[in-house]
Amino acid sequence: MCLLLTIAHKEFRDGLRHRWVLGIAVLLGVLALGIAAFGAAASGGTGFTGLSTTLISLSTLSMLLIPLIALMLAYDAIVGEDEGGTLLLLATYPMSRRTWLLGKFMGHAWVLGLATVCGFAVAGVVIAFGTPEAVLTEVVSGLITLIVSSVLLGWSFLALAYWISARAGSKQAAASQALITWFVFVLVLDLALLALLVGVRQGGAWLPWLMLANPAECFRLLVLSAIEPHQASAITALASATPRSPLLLMLLQVAWVLLPLGLAIKRFEQRPL
Amino acid sequence: MTCATTSATTCAIAFDDVSLEHAGVTRLSHLNLEVKSGEVLGLLGHNGAGKTTSMKLMLGLLSPTEGSLSVLGQRPDRAGDSAFRQHLGYLPENVRFYPNLSGRETLAYLVRLKGRPMAEVDELLVQVGLEGAADRRLATWSKGMRQRLGLAQALLGEPRLLLLDEPTSGLDPAATEAVYATIDTLKARGVTVVLSSHLLPGVEPVIDRALILGEGKCLALGDLASLRERFSLPYVIEMRGAPQDLALRLVREGIPARSSLASAGRLRLEVAPEHRMDALRLCAGFQGLKDLEIRPPGLEALYRRVQGCSGSEPGNGSEGSSGSDRCQVSDEIGHSTAPPSVEETR
Repeated sequence: MCLLLTIAHKEFRDGLRHRWVLGIAVLLGVLALGIAAFGAAASGGTGFTGLSTTLISLSTLSMLLIPLIALMLAYDAIVGEDEGGTLLLLATYPMSRRTWLLGKFMGHAWVLGLATVCGFAVAGVVIAFGTPEAVLTEVVSGLITLIVSSVLLGWSFLALAYWISARAGSKQAAASQALITWFVFVLVLDLALLALLVGVRQGGAWLPWLMLANPAECFRLLVLSAIEPHQASAITALASATPRSPLLLMLLQVAWVLLPLGLAIKRFEQRPL
Repeated sequence: MTCATTSATTCAIAFDDVSLEHAGVTRLSHLNLEVKSGEVLGLLGHNGAGKTTSMKLMLGLLSPTEGSLSVLGQRPDRAGDSAFRQHLGYLPENVRFYPNLSGRETLAYLVRLKGRPMAEVDELLVQVGLEGAADRRLATWSKGMRQRLGLAQALLGEPRLLLLDEPTSGLDPAATEAVYATIDTLKARGVTVVLSSHLLPGVEPVIDRALILGEGKCLALGDLASLRERFSLPYVIEMRGAPQDLALRLVREGIPARSSLASAGRLRLEVAPEHRMDALRLCAGFQGLKDLEIRPPGLEALYRRVQGCSGSEPGNGSEGSSGSDRCQVSDEIGHSTAPPSVEETR
């Protein structure tokens, strides 16, 4: 446990040093504030448009950006240290590879988690105090759901990044695989789902379950189910057929963290040095 | 003497017919080796000869495809994260660290990973002479300084076995001397050291035995004196004021010798070990002789000889005798190219 914390602490300090924490927090914070302040632009006005709309917009922001940030943060976690020569040295130290990987993951998870919380919390404070029509308890509960599920979303893509990194032979390969992963999970699968939804006329009852095979969709379902918007869109309509228990969805998100992480550990233990 | 007959405590490393193949390439073939506790073994060979592979096997980073090996009484690839690694110090070839950390931070991190007291950080920094630069980022350090930091981390935790892969690469002569002095100190403390190098003259006084590898095969193994004898390497006598036709005169006396002109009018004579005393007596008799220096054959010569032999008869290393002898080029080959001929080169 002590070893785990030592490794995690080093990784976290690297995250602070390289301005990852600051950078991610500022990016998310600014974009979130922008969404909160100009959310009504789509309907022709300016200003705050209501909590649920804002939260939905924020969740879309999360869904696009956080996976990308997580993948960029950790795609070189293993292959980078391998290429950098430090992995060879550390592999001769008295700790298992599993411990080392978990320690690093914990450090990265802390970097990403802290930055996400900070970024969205700033936006939350501004929404709560800057807009008279917002109800404080609603803002808080909505934001907590958004933040928790965003953090879990980040962690699942972090774990995917570790898996990619454990498999990749070079940093460039890992980087391109990370981008492809983002593209597939965040854009392609989303569009494919919409296409299926339109294309499949009958017997599409299995469609909603397809959403659960994607951590990004799990995240979206969780946020939607918590916020209960009365907005009609294809995805939300589809979502109504899926399990909407936040607890179950959150467990699914956790599973989406643990599964790739387990695969990463397994792969890393077989990785030749 | 094999490790089976001696107790595990006196035998630090034992390779028993170890082979390693990777991706269809034979990295190491039928290596037999025993290293006693407190011994300093030199691993010599060209790049790709199998030096680093042997070290990785000892570290447990690779598993042999054939044969078995034990290090500190354990199978290194099965020892995992146990106490085994607590007793190991390793300096990789071209060691690299996190460039954004300072030397002190790096060592502090590694000390924590090895579960040692933090006091060791400063001790080690002083020991390798880096206390002045310790708080600067490693990105600003020279290669020699990073190499010394690599040595410092290898020494942490008072290891019983130290594996040093090219420890003096990138070091200036003074720092190289310091490394060898450190190895001597450790040897006195009973630490087993395996040292790979291709800077042969430097390691010569430090090592007890040399293992010469070529393309994954053991070409020669033994202490320097016996290797010299085995390959009958010539002694070198350098003189000032000796007659130019010295070699011819020696041959007339029945002493095979080879002469060449060394720098600044010095004559360089190579004679077989068994003839060196006769040659010396004869040379010392010349009236005009101003200066005479005799040198035993260096590792460099041994190395060239062994490398030369390895190509002449493939597969010689693993035939015939058993035990550690199995790993030696047969005497026949050693002698076949050995007899110094009469030859004057100017």
